[in-house]
Amino acid sequence: MNPMNYIVLSAILFSIGAVGVLVRRNALVVFMCVELMLNAANLAFVTFARTSGTLDGQVTAFFVMVVAAAEVVVGLAIIMMIYRSRRSASVDDASLLKL
Amino acid sequence: MTALTALAASEQVPTAAEGVFTLMWLLIGFPLAGAVILLLAGRRSDSWGHILGTLTVLSSFIVAAFLFAAEAGRGAEDRAVEQVLYEFFAVGGYEVNVGLLLDPLSMAFVLLITGVGTLIHVYSMGYMEHDPRRRRFFAYLNLFVAAMLLLVLANDYLILYVGWEGVGLASYLLIGFWQHKPSAATASKKAFVVNRVGDVGMSLAIMASFAAVGTSEILAVTGSADRISTGWLTAIGLLLLLAACGKSAQVPLQSWLLDAMEGPTPVSALIHAATMVTAGVYLVVRSGPIFQGAPVAANAVIVVGAVTLVFGAVIGTAKDDIKKALAASTMSQIGYMMLAAGLGPVGYVFAIFHLLAHGFFKANLFLGSGSIMHAMNDEVDMRVYGALRRVMPWTFVTFTAGYLALLGIPPFSGFWSKDKIIEVAFDTSIAAGLAALLGAGITAFYMTRIMLMTWFGEKRWRPDAHPHESSPIIVGPLVVLALLSLFGGAMELGFLPGGGIEPWLEPAVGYEEIEHILPTLAYPAITLVVVLVGAVWAWFVYGRDPVPTTPPAGSVLTRAARADLGGDAFNEAVFMRPGQYVTRTLVWFDSKGIDGAVNGLAAGIGGLSARGRRIQTGFVRSYALSMLAGAGVVIAALLLLGGRL
Repeated sequence: MNPMNYIVLSAILFSIGAVGVLVRRNALVVFMCVELMLNAANLAFVTFARTSGTLDGQVTAFFVMVVAAAEVVVGLAIIMMIYRSRRSASVDDASLLKL
Repeated sequence: MTALTALAASEQVPTAAEGVFTLMWLLIGFPLAGAVILLLAGRRSDSWGHILGTLTVLSSFIVAAFLFAAEAGRGAEDRAVEQVLYEFFAVGGYEVNVGLLLDPLSMAFVLLITGVGTLIHVYSMGYMEHDPRRRRFFAYLNLFVAAMLLLVLANDYLILYVGWEGVGLASYLLIGFWQHKPSAATASKKAFVVNRVGDVGMSLAIMASFAAVGTSEILAVTGSADRISTGWLTAIGLLLLLAACGKSAQVPLQSWLLDAMEGPTPVSALIHAATMVTAGVYLVVRSGPIFQGAPVAANAVIVVGAVTLVFGAVIGTAKDDIKKALAASTMSQIGYMMLAAGLGPVGYVFAIFHLLAHGFFKANLFLGSGSIMHAMNDEVDMRVYGALRRVMPWTFVTFTAGYLALLGIPPFSGFWSKDKIIEVAFDTSIAAGLAALLGAGITAFYMTRIMLMTWFGEKRWRPDAHPHESSPIIVGPLVVLALLSLFGGAMELGFLPGGGIEPWLEPAVGYEEIEHILPTLAYPAITLVVVLVGAVWAWFVYGRDPVPTTPPAGSVLTRAARADLGGDAFNEAVFMRPGQYVTRTLVWFDSKGIDGAVNGLAAGIGGLSARGRRIQTGFVRSYALSMLAGAGVVIAALLLLGGRL
């Protein structure tokens, strides 16, 4: 079991998630990509915990999961509110805060 | 004249003030209080302001008379009295006290200022009767008298400078008294600015005296004139001469005096005939030992005096405005005084004597012209006068008295003073003597011209002119001044204690007898001949044929004299235009250069911020991209500099 493979996988997942956040227009897909990035980070933490033999990484992974859950709650609520008033889930539509 | 031994410089040592001399400060205090009260009381004092103004100066005159009596009662060596009022400041090694020095020289001036001043205040009560701002006029006149008295009584050059500036201020306020007239406002500014050029000389002279001697007290500076180097003495002398030129309207700072006639006639009489313009002569005489130790400066004084006396006389021949003609005459007569003052101890006494006599007859002439103007609806052009002597007999007689005195016809006052100056000038330098003689001839010419155009000939009056004699309050001072013009020569003959003006002034300024190169009676004879030639010539030009009401084209010299012999043109070409170019260049540099730099900086920052503003696109995805880029930069930095952070 080579920990390097897991780190490479985590990096690939993170990049896919980052590109997805930047490129996709649908708000829900952007959120899913954010989740993907968070899970990539989780994988990296757990892998490093396994390689160093301590449990710090695994505890941190729990924290990340809690944060992700809270963020999803708040974010989906906001997207629902925007969808109700605008009838559109595109992130490009809410662009009034510009100079 | 009593025989006098040669004394090179004044030898008086001032004693402290006691007895009646402790009232010395009241001389200045009365008019100063008058000015302050009249200015602060405002319109409430409009009804009695003029009376208070006259009473203050009259009180000063009464105090002056008492002081004169007390001073005359003392011995000749003992006539200098000093009263120190308070300490002005003491900084480093420089201490200045406000003190008054009453010696025969300042006593003469004090009597002139307060006496003639009182007469002019009485005259003004009548002359300015219908002016709504009369109270303010009297306040300014009182301010002037206070400042002038401070000038002549000061025992320190710095205090003299305070009075010097005060009379300049009062002159500015009074010339521009009718401030709604643009010509009057401009004339007052011109007078002040030209005076200011002279004031630079005065302040530099005070600084130089402090540098050379360590103090600016007058008697200390003049007393140490034999110990300072000639270079310092020349510098101080030339600077004092510059100051005197400004105040006394001598060439090259003479341009303001003729324009100053925009002020009311009592102002012209008091300030620009009798007192302020004589302050320069006072300064030169008071600083006598300095000039005696610096022959270059003394010669400069002589040259300035001689040039101005001819300059003023030539200008006076072509002026149709009676006040401007009299002003040119004043310029010329003060040239006489400066010439005499530059000649050293041989001439100081006569400079002051002529100053006093001139104060009488010139004030008389100016007040007389004011009386004429009053009668002719404020008309000053002599070409519309003519045949006034039957209508205004009193003014005619008093004016004629002043005329005879000014010409130097014996036995009137001008003869005694002016002839002595011509005599002393001849004995020192033939050139100066000839200049003075020429000036006397031209003086006779233009004064006779004024007389003929105004009082004789046919009526050339405007249709609305109804001249009549003036009221007694105007004629009264004229009569007194006429008597003084006629009989003021008695000062020479011994009406003063000690036997005449020479013994009176000699302890203060020094007096030397000079060897005469011609027999004694030759001088008055030659002068009288020249004066009569000038007068008869004027009769030939103006007395026989009627005077044209429009000025004829005239010769080159006439046109030049009408243009003040190029005085204004010179000032404009040499000072004003180059100065204007300099200021315009600086303004251009300021608006293009400095404003350009500041505005350019502001525009640059504005431009940068406009560019930077475009980062705020409003799109969430672009913000996400910038966050990613920022995170990338941080990671790169950590990786590259990881060990050192």
